[in-house]
Amino acid sequence: MPKISFRGGSAIAFLLFLFVLWELLVRLTKTPMWLLPAPSAILTEAAAGFGDFYGHLLSTIFLALLGLVVGCGIGLLTAIFLYRLPKVNEMLYPLVILSQNIPTIVLAPLLIIWFGFGLLPKLIVISLVCFFPIVVASMDGFRQTAPELKHYLNMAGATDKQIFWKLEFPHALPSIFSGLKISATYSVMGAVISEWLGAKQGIGVYMTLAQSSFRVDRVFVAIFFIMLLSVLLFGVIRMIEKLAVKGRKAGNR
Amino acid sequence: MSLAIHQLHKSFGERPVLEDINLQVENGEFVAILGPSGSGKSTLFQLIGGLVLPESGTIELNGEAVNGKKGLIGYMPQTPSLFPWRTVLENVVLAAELKEKPDYQEARRLLQKAGLADYENAYPNELSGGMKQRVSFIRALLSNQDVLCLDEPFSALDEFTKLTMQKWLLSIWEANRKSILFITHSIDEALFLADRVYIFSKRPAHIKAEIKVPFSRPRDENLLETTEFFQLKQQIFKYLKEEISE
Repeated sequence: MPKISFRGGSAIAFLLFLFVLWELLVRLTKTPMWLLPAPSAILTEAAAGFGDFYGHLLSTIFLALLGLVVGCGIGLLTAIFLYRLPKVNEMLYPLVILSQNIPTIVLAPLLIIWFGFGLLPKLIVISLVCFFPIVVASMDGFRQTAPELKHYLNMAGATDKQIFWKLEFPHALPSIFSGLKISATYSVMGAVISEWLGAKQGIGVYMTLAQSSFRVDRVFVAIFFIMLLSVLLFGVIRMIEKLAVKGRKAGNR
Repeated sequence: MSLAIHQLHKSFGERPVLEDINLQVENGEFVAILGPSGSGKSTLFQLIGGLVLPESGTIELNGEAVNGKKGLIGYMPQTPSLFPWRTVLENVVLAAELKEKPDYQEARRLLQKAGLADYENAYPNELSGGMKQRVSFIRALLSNQDVLCLDEPFSALDEFTKLTMQKWLLSIWEANRKSILFITHSIDEALFLADRVYIFSKRPAHIKAEIKVPFSRPRDENLLETTEFFQLKQQIFKYLKEEISE
């Protein structure tokens, strides 16, 4: 435990160092505000504008979380479905991979044409982004089940269903959580991208407005909050992982 | 008779693995199968466990043919194969759980007898090798089957732990008297534990000899130093020598 907090500590120290460097460079070169604001200016803007920003932030959090839950839920169900039905898997898995080759930025306007400006197209964008890491990670987790444990269950007379729910699924939990962590960070990105395409509020909207009026400081405020949100989501999922994955401390599976 | 195997043949593709295996395990009898590594002993267990089908021959449990039927034996594998996310208590009831609601009271009683009462809520990664094997054996016991198949369960343990575990196994078995079929490649282990020993040849395996072990029970480690034990060991060693020279 102390080792982890120390590592986190050194990361924060390094980040602070970068901010100081940034601040110094901006001041020394007298870079204009509209080109690159100093960290202090960004912080001031974040504090001053938080009243306006707050609504956008909440809206994005809501969208990202909802998309994450829907995307991961569908992803996990898909993985279980494909794993339990190898024939279907053979047919559909390549399509799952292909689905990731559609550029979101191209797909999103189409979704708006089809589904309007409501919640649905946005959810589809975020789910599509979150879905893939979960499917791949879960499938890999299911496949990597320890063969000696599977052999034991077979000898003990377990049915395929029992083998899945008593062995393969819990065995894959660490993998599933790895996928979840990636999806969580993607979900915030997905939410922001979907908001660019047309929304009343959200960090994406705030960013577009800031960009078009050359408020680079506000763009950075948005960037920092997106990062903060991703890190927070990541942390929350790691906490849930620690509660859910038992008996497998580091280095001992 | 609880387990009887008649004229069992099994091959994988062109290669025969088991040839004309005939063996019996009486009710409450401890039978060992002694043979070189890779002689098809584990294949025999897969046949008994119903995972694979024989080319010919029958496997009978309590007089009923059970070829290809799963879930009728208690099984203890070579590696403990405990589930890392389950506590010791949750692990020992696993085999029983596959069929019915497990009897936690009985599980606790057996854990206590095995000296594992304090570890009931521990995870397997906190246990030593010997403790894991105890948990694994209790899991097989709790599966509530008449016949237990033990596949070289102590082969990975050091000599000291092994002897402790063998004595422990005997003490538990004497209290329960299940029928046990025990695979091993150690002559000492077979003679120390079993009532009867079947000696397997190398692949394709057939039964070279069947030896009655005359030593009275309960047995302890002093038996290992007696002349009778040594003579019997020599006799078995002769069969093994034939296997090497052939």
